[in-house]
Amino acid sequence: MQDYGYIALFLLMSIAFAVFMLTLPLFLRKFRIIPHKPSPVKSSTVECGLETTGRSWVQFNSRYYLFALVAVALDMMLVFILPWAINLREMDWRFFIGGAIFIAILLVSYIYAWRKGALQWK
Amino acid sequence: MDWSISPDWPGNFWLRLIIIAVILIAFVMSSVIMFIWMERRVIARIQSRLGPNRAGPFGLLQAFADTIKILTKEDIVPTLADKVLFWAAPAIAFVPTLMIMAVIPLMNGLQLADLNVGVLYIAAISAVSAIGIFLSGIAGNNKYSLVGAIREIAQLISFEIPMVLALAGLVIACGSMSLSKIVEAQSIPFILLQPLGFVIFMVAILAEINRTPFDLVEADSELTCGFNTEYSGMKFALLYLTEYSEAVVGSALITAFFLGAWRGPILPGILWFTIKMFAVFMFILWLRGTLPRLRIDQSMRLAWKGLLPLSMFNLFIVSLQTVFFPDLALWISIPAYIIISVIIIILWAMFMRKERQSSNA
Repeated sequence: MQDYGYIALFLLMSIAFAVFMLTLPLFLRKFRIIPHKPSPVKSSTVECGLETTGRSWVQFNSRYYLFALVAVALDMMLVFILPWAINLREMDWRFFIGGAIFIAILLVSYIYAWRKGALQWK
Repeated sequence: MDWSISPDWPGNFWLRLIIIAVILIAFVMSSVIMFIWMERRVIARIQSRLGPNRAGPFGLLQAFADTIKILTKEDIVPTLADKVLFWAAPAIAFVPTLMIMAVIPLMNGLQLADLNVGVLYIAAISAVSAIGIFLSGIAGNNKYSLVGAIREIAQLISFEIPMVLALAGLVIACGSMSLSKIVEAQSIPFILLQPLGFVIFMVAILAEINRTPFDLVEADSELTCGFNTEYSGMKFALLYLTEYSEAVVGSALITAFFLGAWRGPILPGILWFTIKMFAVFMFILWLRGTLPRLRIDQSMRLAWKGLLPLSMFNLFIVSLQTVFFPDLALWISIPAYIIISVIIIILWAMFMRKERQSSNA
């Protein structure tokens, strides 16, 4: 448990470090070390010289939702494979066969996804 | 000589926390400064330029000069941006990269927390950093950043799986997920025992930390500056810092998992760790100076059709050896593994080339 205490406290320290870095310009602005002169052109979104048209929070075809679906399935496999991998050293061949069958089932679905063209960028 | 320190040194919980946390943060920061300098000088040399050489001897103080310059820049938040996310995203991206350092053994005993689920912890935390970069991409309300952010998630979902599968090979060989146990098991570095796993892990790490062949998130020549186009001042500095501390952490992970971390003769452990880490980063720079950037479909094809089957195969041969030939002599297993890896990589590359021709036709 002590180790997780270290992790939690280190998390707090890292957050403090990041927040310190982010808020440093606010203090420097108070002491007039860095300028603060906002203007509509300066605070518009960059569009490489053109005037900004519309927002970018639009419906965007990310084109890889099939990859993402396969990724979810295989991520689940990782969660189950790691405990198997830890114990493999002390176990005999039957344990190995069990894991191999589990991976083979997932491999079948992976090959199915490949044959169906889900892993093809369209 | 024995340079190790006891795992509960110096005996007090709070004292240990403060000393090691300061060492870790200082280690990351000084490595980042050295990496920035090294990257600019080495890439300049590769492209037969000089690189920064005015500030300090060999331009060593260039990073400090840049820091002071960027600290005095105006802090601009675009009117269209999501204010809360715009402020929070650099911190969300930066904190997890630092958190990974907490489980890496810099020296025998110099490790903040020796978690018994270390590998799982690393796999989980490294994904959070990608979410920070994704948020910084969409918070700015910029079209270039949007594309960069979408690509970041594409890289994340593609390369996470081969990375963790390559690590599962190590977990099989050690019988533990704790990083100190993994380093302890490396009297022979794992790069020799699991060369295929090393290649997969190296490529996956390159993609996870967005270094060049896979720097699609930033892609200067097509996306202006990618996810951090809208950022300026200290927030940009934090994103830049994130990028380089990811490079530090990535090199440190490769060192810890495959190069034997602090193990080495005569010199103290932390020095060995630093030397190996810089050697890995040198290799990454060499790749950056040599290879062109991949397209996003090529990079995802490499992950899904190349690395994933190879990492499955790696897992298979490693588990096969552990179960059926647990006491294989080193002089057999090392050449056998290297030969098998080379053959399978060549065969799979030939298969992938065929597959591409048939799918294009």
